[in-house]
Amino acid sequence: MSRVLVGVKRVIDYAVKIRVKPDHSGVVTDGVKHSMNPFCEIAVEEAVKLKEKKFIKEVVAVSCGPTQVTETIRTALAMGCDRGIHVEVSGKDYEAMGPLQIAKIFAALAKKEEASLVILGKQAIDDDCNQTGQMTAALLDWPQGTFASEVTIDGEKVKVVREIDGGLETIKISMPAVLTADLRLNTPRYATLPNIMKAKKKKIANMKPADLGVDMVSRVEVLRVDEPPTRLAGVKVETVDDLVAKLKANGTI
Amino acid sequence: MSAEQAAALGVSYPPLQTYSEEEGMMRDAVNKFAQERLAPFVSKMDENSLMDPEVIKSLFEQGLMGIEIDPEYGGTGSTFFSSILVIEELAKVDASVAVLCDIQNTLINTLFTKLGTAAQKERYLSRLSTDMVGSFCLSEAESGSDAFSLKTRADKHGDYYVINGSKMWISNAEQAGVFLVMANVDPSAGHRGITCFIVDRDTEGLQIGKKENKLGLRASSTCPLNLDNIKVPEKNVLGQIGHGYKYAIGMLNEGRIGIAAQMLGLAQGCFDQAVPYTRQRVQFGKRIFDFQAMQHQIAHVATQIEAARLLTYNAARLKEAGRPFIKEACMAKYFTSEVATLTTSKCIEWMGGVGFTKDYPVEKYYRDCKIGTIYEGTTNIQLSTMAKFIDKEYDH
Repeated sequence: MSRVLVGVKRVIDYAVKIRVKPDHSGVVTDGVKHSMNPFCEIAVEEAVKLKEKKFIKEVVAVSCGPTQVTETIRTALAMGCDRGIHVEVSGKDYEAMGPLQIAKIFAALAKKEEASLVILGKQAIDDDCNQTGQMTAALLDWPQGTFASEVTIDGEKVKVVREIDGGLETIKISMPAVLTADLRLNTPRYATLPNIMKAKKKKIANMKPADLGVDMVSRVEVLRVDEPPTRLAGVKVETVDDLVAKLKANGTI
Repeated sequence: MSAEQAAALGVSYPPLQTYSEEEGMMRDAVNKFAQERLAPFVSKMDENSLMDPEVIKSLFEQGLMGIEIDPEYGGTGSTFFSSILVIEELAKVDASVAVLCDIQNTLINTLFTKLGTAAQKERYLSRLSTDMVGSFCLSEAESGSDAFSLKTRADKHGDYYVINGSKMWISNAEQAGVFLVMANVDPSAGHRGITCFIVDRDTEGLQIGKKENKLGLRASSTCPLNLDNIKVPEKNVLGQIGHGYKYAIGMLNEGRIGIAAQMLGLAQGCFDQAVPYTRQRVQFGKRIFDFQAMQHQIAHVATQIEAARLLTYNAARLKEAGRPFIKEACMAKYFTSEVATLTTSKCIEWMGGVGFTKDYPVEKYYRDCKIGTIYEGTTNIQLSTMAKFIDKEYDH
């Protein structure tokens, strides 16, 4: 039981009001506050807790993107990760970057670092894809424990309680494995000031996707981004009969 | 852009709001901690005039009480400017919590670090960074601005001193485990007899009086202290005999930048509560923010806060650079406390009737700001000090 890879994504801060670019090619990111994806924070917290409980020896925080993502990696280091890896992706490649490329990068790194676990957030709050964890597991042919609300290491196996539509499902999977963190898995710690100071001394390695043999070509093209339509006022009716009549009148039933 | 990035790009004079990567991370971490963990306690602590022990515990856990203390004593090992940013972020949420943190870092910890013997540092610094609050005891009922006319006496008896007197307006007194008491060992020498003594809370004869029932900063305990024949060993003298007045002046020069940061955070925090309201509240068919009179007032206050920020940050950077900073520190404290008064008063007006009720947070900021022009050197004292420097500047 040695090493865990944790993915951290730099996203627009959850509290920011999102605006669509005038050319509808995407959302405005310039000058907008960014932070670590909340589900990634939960993933980091879980990895650090596993290390504190001595189930693992080392936590490596990984992020893909331009120079700014090193801030996100530093935050992960300040939360207790041991070292970081910054996979440099910028410009058009960064704009077109999606779960498949990330999954390929993580799969390559998981093999290179001989990781026993890859822990990711279940989804990012910008694209809400909820695919990276699953794709990474598939590429590695590893078992996956997604939507984890509880993780317990039991020898060479991991018991994962998953939040599913019908309630909770408990599975036992062998390691190495991929886990994705759901909201109730834990409450992420605040980076204490002494840990922020210690994070300065921790190493962040740089590499490019090509170094891992990953091609960043996207198979997905974003055609257009629009704001959701403004909510129109509803209509109140007095009785069920009125409701049925109205639904029939506007062709819904 | 961080200070490191600016340097790498060859930008020699980055704007004042440029932080090193570490300062930026600390500010963000404390901002998050204060807004999420501290905010729920604020209203109740104010009403009950009582700092929740959970809050103090979490300040220690986050490393906020030993910001400049060396890691060898369990501290964070960061800089004065980091302390200033931390105090500002805390004050945006609660000025009482900010002042507890300010006194600990800028007065108590600094005095021990600068003046402590190896044994004193060993004994106190690790406690101050992990679980013990300190209090600074200078003022008395008959000596506020005229601090050095203090009457508390320390009489030498062999290898210990017997201290008699009383202190007033002592912040953190309810929670403190150690008190730095300024007492005079030789009244005939006037202020040159004032000496700083380390007094542990459990010293016999030390009585902590009932805390004041205050207008603002209510969660910060402010108590009178009675020293009734307390025995303090010689080894508990901090620094040199008769140099206490120098230490007090020196520390207060730095401490006032901390108070400036507190008032700055208070003003900003209040402003951040009021402006969103003006953007939501609609009267006469438009947002009240859209009325020109409101826009002018809001922009004016925003300018004052920005100026206050620049004065505070610059005074802090001057001190860190080892350059003269006393006049600038006075300016920062004076100006920010006035700005806090203006800001909070205006914010209540902008919010109208609801601003006047305790259901909304702005009235607390209004009450809390008033002490800013009074403690750690009244506005009049700051102005007189500045005038002395200005006078000297024209001495050719």
